[in-house]
Amino acid sequence: MLAQTRRSFSFQGRSFLAFVLAPSAPLHDWVQELEAWTAKSPDFFSKKPVILDLSGISLNKADFTEFLMLLRTRKFRLLSIEGVDPDWLEPELEPLADSKHNKDFQIAQSELVKSSLSVLQNTPDIKTLILNNPVRSGQSIHFPSGDVTIIGSVASGAEIISGGSIHIYGTLRGRAFAGSAGNEKARIFCNRFEAELLVIGGIYKSPENIDKDFYGKPVQAWLEGKMIKLKQME
Amino acid sequence: MAKVVVVTSGKGGVGKTTSTAALGAALAQNGQSVVVVDFDIGLRNLDLMMGAERRVIFDLINVIQGSANLSQALIRDKRLENLYLLAASQTRDKNALTEKGVLQVISELRKKFDWVLCDSPAGIERGAVLAMKHADIAIIIANPEISSVRDSDRIIGLLDAKTERAKNGQEVEKHLLITRFDSSRAGTGEMLEVDDISDILSIPLLGVVPESKDILSASNLGIPITLSNKNSTSAQAYRDAAKRLNKEDIPIIIPTKKRNFLAGWFSGRAA
Ligand SMILES: Nc1ncnc2c1ncn2[C@@H]1O[C@H](COP(=O)(O)OP(=O)(O)OP(=O)(O)O)[C@@H](O)[C@H]1O
Ligand SMILES: [Mg+2]
Repeated sequence: MLAQTRRSFSFQGRSFLAFVLAPSAPLHDWVQELEAWTAKSPDFFSKKPVILDLSGISLNKADFTEFLMLLRTRKFRLLSIEGVDPDWLEPELEPLADSKHNKDFQIAQSELVKSSLSVLQNTPDIKTLILNNPVRSGQSIHFPSGDVTIIGSVASGAEIISGGSIHIYGTLRGRAFAGSAGNEKARIFCNRFEAELLVIGGIYKSPENIDKDFYGKPVQAWLEGKMIKLKQME
Repeated sequence: MAKVVVVTSGKGGVGKTTSTAALGAALAQNGQSVVVVDFDIGLRNLDLMMGAERRVIFDLINVIQGSANLSQALIRDKRLENLYLLAASQTRDKNALTEKGVLQVISELRKKFDWVLCDSPAGIERGAVLAMKHADIAIIIANPEISSVRDSDRIIGLLDAKTERAKNGQEVEKHLLITRFDSSRAGTGEMLEVDDISDILSIPLLGVVPESKDILSASNLGIPITLSNKNSTSAQAYRDAAKRLNKEDIPIIIPTKKRNFLAGWFSGRAA
């Protein structure tokens, strides 16, 4: 109830790159490959959060416990585990909300972002995040559950990751990831286009592949098949 | 009520220390009491720009560690009696700066002065964050280049996240001071125009200081430009910026291209 009666609140978000490890059968071979990899780069996984996706293999509880022990002795930092009986898991390792979709995109910056955010619930299903301030270089806004509207610009070196569409009432100079959970209907709108990267539903388009005529203009972008299309808006 | 100001930029060498000295002196010339504080531990510079390097006995770190009290460490300017310097330590490293110590020193300075100007180190690490921590006002120094502007943008993000004001849900008042502005190169692709920088950073403009040899001579003399060469355009720009900090409403002068007589004449002909 509280969430619906409070119109706005602040919170701190931190985004980071999480690795998804999805072992394949036979597990024995997979473990050997992993060992070979970690022998070459011993610290590769030690500082990175890992999501373990076990849906590709079938394990009994004893094997699962043993496998978990092995990863822990190799200093893997497990964030959550998916694809096993949740009753086997300690509460901290239960699957993350929405995590099935989250592996489709990555967040490269790790920067503490604090903004005043207002989450409006227009209908029970559609959520919109409205930011009243510009998004600054180094900041990463992550809103997997709906659209993001920014009243201001998105700086070079900043990024917006939205489960739905992205609306920018200002200049888009940074990176925009719309439809991050695979929504191919998502769109990106901005008053002025100077973007570093556009991504919709996992499909990328970088500035080298964008007609220079769009630069500095009001633009909308959407997905047609496997291609991002752009159009100048009036 | 004292105002704590951080002079910050992200990128190094853009003119933070020069600006701290010049603005500090200009505010003091207006009759207000001012202290300039060097947060660049290990790379202190402000003492040189204020011409006080031989008079530093105790510094900020001594005060934080309790080996000196504040009045022993404050160095009064030789020219302006209401202008003081609190120097950084050159020998210690930045880890000597503690959060608690900074809070204590800033609170004491607030009681004694109208303006507390903190000269931030470059970067976005601990030192820069501690320098901005207690600021009411931030002066963001940017040069007309993409890398400087982008770093400034990053710093603005930090001001909105890491300061005490931000944590209490308040805003730090932000001002953009563009320095080293070379009108003959602006807008040529080599350098950004004032409008572009203001547009990218979207914070109010406090002033534009031209690129000038006068600044170098002032720093070699160890006298802030606003005292050493009062009639220079740089001194004028800093003096106006100081007035704007005091909420005086004066128009901003943007240095323009020197007219190339012949070019004007030919284009006039062709039209
Ligand atoms: N307007 C200007 N015109 C010409 N030179 C300038 C100007 N402003 C600053 N400088 C010169 O640029 C250099 C760097 O200035 P300053 O030390 O003030 O920068 P800073 O941002 O404090 O550097 P740091 O990040 O190392 O602390 C100095 O040599 C200074 O004289
Ligand atoms: Mg400096």
